[in-house]
Parts: sequence; C-alpha cells; structure tokens
Amino acid sequence: MAEFKKKSRAKIEIPMASMPDIIFILLIFFMVTTVMRTTTLKVQVRFAHAKNIEKIEQKRLVSYIFIGPEKSGKNQGQTAVQIDDALIDNMDVIPRLMYDKLMAQPKLIVSLRVDKTSEMGVVYDVQQKLRKAGTLRINYSAKPRM
Amino acid sequence: MLLKKRQREEGEIPASSLADIAFLLLIFFLVTTTIDVDTGIGLVLPPMPQKNQQPPPIKERNMLKILVRHDGSVLINDKPTNIPDIKQTVMDFVDNHGKDPNLSESPDKAVVSIKSDRQTPYDIFVHVMDGVKGAYNQLRDNLSRQEYGVPFEALPNDGKRQESIKKAYPEKISEAEPDKGNSNS
Repeated sequence: MAEFKKKSRAKIEIPMASMPDIIFILLIFFMVTTVMRTTTLKVQVRFAHAKNIEKIEQKRLVSYIFIGPEKSGKNQGQTAVQIDDALIDNMDVIPRLMYDKLMAQPKLIVSLRVDKTSEMGVVYDVQQKLRKAGTLRINYSAKPRM
Repeated sequence: MLLKKRQREEGEIPASSLADIAFLLLIFFLVTTTIDVDTGIGLVLPPMPQKNQQPPPIKERNMLKILVRHDGSVLINDKPTNIPDIKQTVMDFVDNHGKDPNLSESPDKAVVSIKSDRQTPYDIFVHVMDGVKGAYNQLRDNLSRQEYGVPFEALPNDGKRQESIKKAYPEKISEAEPDKGNSNS
C-alpha cells in the first residue's frame, strides 16, 4: 500500500521547453514536401486502376497531359486535351509545346492522365504528336487497385 | 540616472505563444499537403519513322497480336480471351524458348503488339496493358528468384543484376495504329 502512495505523490512533468523546436521541425518538413497544385483542371479525370504500376520518383521530370470530358463551357462533356492551364483546341500545337518542354528538361516523362471513359482514339492522336515532338517516355497514369 | 534605469530593464519577447503559432502553420501545411505519388504504366514510344522507312520484318510467330475492341472484348491472335487470362497467355508466349512452334523463339525476339479501336475506353486498354506488364514483371521476378534468390523488386536500382534480368526479358510492347472510324470487325 505504501508503495502505491509513494508513486502517486511523485510529480511527473514533461519538459515543454523543447516543444516549439519539435513543432518547427515538423513544420519545416511539411513545408519542404508540400507541392502546391499549380494547374486548375478544366477536364474531368477519373483514374483507371491497375495492378502492375510503377512510381515516378522524380516529380520534376514529369509533365502532364490531361484528357477527359470538359467540366464546363459550351462543349461540356466532350473529350478535350489540356496541357498546363489551357485546353488544346488544335492538336497541331502539341509537338511544339512538348518540344520546348523537352529542351528545358531532356529527361522529360509525359504523364498521360486520361479519364477512364475517354476513347483511345484521342489518346492515340496525342501520342502521335508526342512522337513528333520526340518526347518518347510516357506514362499511362493509373492508381493502384486494391 | 535616467539612462541607467533604462538599461536595467530587460526586454523579453513572450515565447510561450511561439508553439501555438508554429502549430497553426503546421496544421495549415498538413491540410494543404497532398502526398500524391505519380503512379502509372510506363512506356517508351517508338521514334517517328523516317520517310519511306519500312518497319523491320518480324516473324509471324514472334508477334503476339492483341486487339482490344470497342466493346471491351479482347482478341489475342484472333482468339477471344478474357482480360484476367492475358497475363498467362503473354507469359506462355514470351517464355516459350522455341518449344511451341506457334509461340515466340526467344524472349528477346518476342514482341507484344497491342492494337485498340478508336472507341475503346481507356480503362479497358489500361487493364490489358496491366496484364501484359504483369506478365513481364512475373517473368523477371521468377528469373530473379532463380538466379539471385531475391525478388526483382529487391534488386538495387540500375545495378548490374537488374540490368541482366531486364536484358533477359526485354519488354517489347508496341502499339499499333488503331483502325480508322467505326470498326465493326
């Protein structure tokens, strides 16, 4: 019994002085890892799922092409292609656009983020433009299937 | 006298709220962070052919033709196949080593050609691609376990051992041009 009393009498205190430092370290970690979303999606992209996928480790090598139904506007629902912030009306501009990107980043990987209901015809047309531009490394975006 | 008094005063910044401020910032970054790893099926496109260049001749037996139709059915060498069976079919085809006269001569000569209709939905194409990739991953994994006793994934990146296995089973996946217009085949 006495032992119990002794224990309860002991004051336990967690040193709080180092708390801000710990928080700051966490804060800095999240600040460094955060990537703010830079593009606003104008097309809807619902990912397809697959099992045998690979990760792209280096994010700065990646350039995205979004293909999917338009979210708004007069062509709502129709399949459109978006590169960076703009919808591509005329596919003929893609080779030049991608070529410039390739010059800036020779190891460019083009990630094709395609909506799962989109038809392969559009994807194929974009691929032909990519071949013309010389950006040959591509990645069919897909999420892991459980 | 007045000066001395001022010097004695100690200026102190209240540090107790520092943790709270840091917490607020931390929560902001926690909420805005998306640890979003890019995943997908990697592929290298063939370069644009030169004018008047003919595609290299490939023996009929070394080519596995997969046709993905717009209704989601898959034909492998004109034989209807279920999507889950693609992996096994591709594995048999690539890992034949000349045994079956209808299948490939050797893994490095085997070419898997995927052709899809223009109307094929993307996710069906991805499932087919997934099966083909899965077959190659499985074959590489088997070889890796046989040769080095570890799964292919566990081999160091860009190491010699990984290279040798990639060389034994090179992924030769080609995408053929889809048929124009409505296909009713």
